[in-house]
Amino acid sequence: MKSAVITFPGSNRERDMMKALELVTGKAPLSVWHTETSLPDVDLVVLPGGFSYGDYLRAGAIAARSPVMDAVRDAASRGVLVLGVCNGFQMLTEAGLLPGALMRNAGLTFVCREVKLQTVNRTSAFTRAFTQGQVWRCPVAHHDGNYFADAETLARIEGEGQVAFRYADGTNPNGSVNHIAGVLNARGNVLGMMPHPENLVEPLQGGIDGRTLFEGVAGLTEAA
Amino acid sequence: MKARVTVTLKNGVLDPQGKAIEGGLAALGFAGVGHVRQGKVFDIELSGRSAEQARADLAEMCEKLLANTVIENYAIEIV
Repeated sequence: MKSAVITFPGSNRERDMMKALELVTGKAPLSVWHTETSLPDVDLVVLPGGFSYGDYLRAGAIAARSPVMDAVRDAASRGVLVLGVCNGFQMLTEAGLLPGALMRNAGLTFVCREVKLQTVNRTSAFTRAFTQGQVWRCPVAHHDGNYFADAETLARIEGEGQVAFRYADGTNPNGSVNHIAGVLNARGNVLGMMPHPENLVEPLQGGIDGRTLFEGVAGLTEAA
Repeated sequence: MKARVTVTLKNGVLDPQGKAIEGGLAALGFAGVGHVRQGKVFDIELSGRSAEQARADLAEMCEKLLANTVIENYAIEIV
């Protein structure tokens, strides 16, 4: 599986993401700078976590208008897998590639801790390696992860199965509506999530729960 | 020409920062303060266009960048 990770000014998890992808897929991802106007021919494009442009204006807002984002939009429309984690999720909502918005955490504080996630839709490449309803551990680290969508949008994405992951076991760290931690587009090839699966892929990090997401993307496993 | 764009959260969108400010005002002893909503103000200098064109351009700027219309409203003022 070929993948590319896009780096923006202020990204800080791009190397973690590249290490995780290489570990699970066996192939080092390509690195793409935000000023590029085209993407290499890949199966997966990742927008990593960080604080692009210092979160100025709104988290992810400036990065979402970068030159490379037109290429990301084009790739998504062709069915290429697009994953946005943390700041990458914020960019995808700001770019209109995913519904809703990420607002300031309800508790107003930066949260850096481990949460539990429940996989509630396993029809996408990102979620197919999980079992239905599987609860897994995942770290979060963000200040603006409070997912919001208006009532109509919320009803639509819940009804269409676009909610991929929810915070489980009372671990919602940011006040997200319906405990939503990850959202898919209607086609299921674009996923945005606040938690960092790339930071729980080897025992030295305290667990390997995050690997399952990348295994699904790579088509390595098919859970029953 | 100078313009002022005000961006505010839509009704129904929770504003934890506004809530915290509300609590801060209460802690300072200001009585009779109701809900506080936090927003943003942009002062923008524009040249080479009519006021009418400026309004149209500013609306496009709001739609494309200054506001996230999923959660925010905007108001344009030529000052």
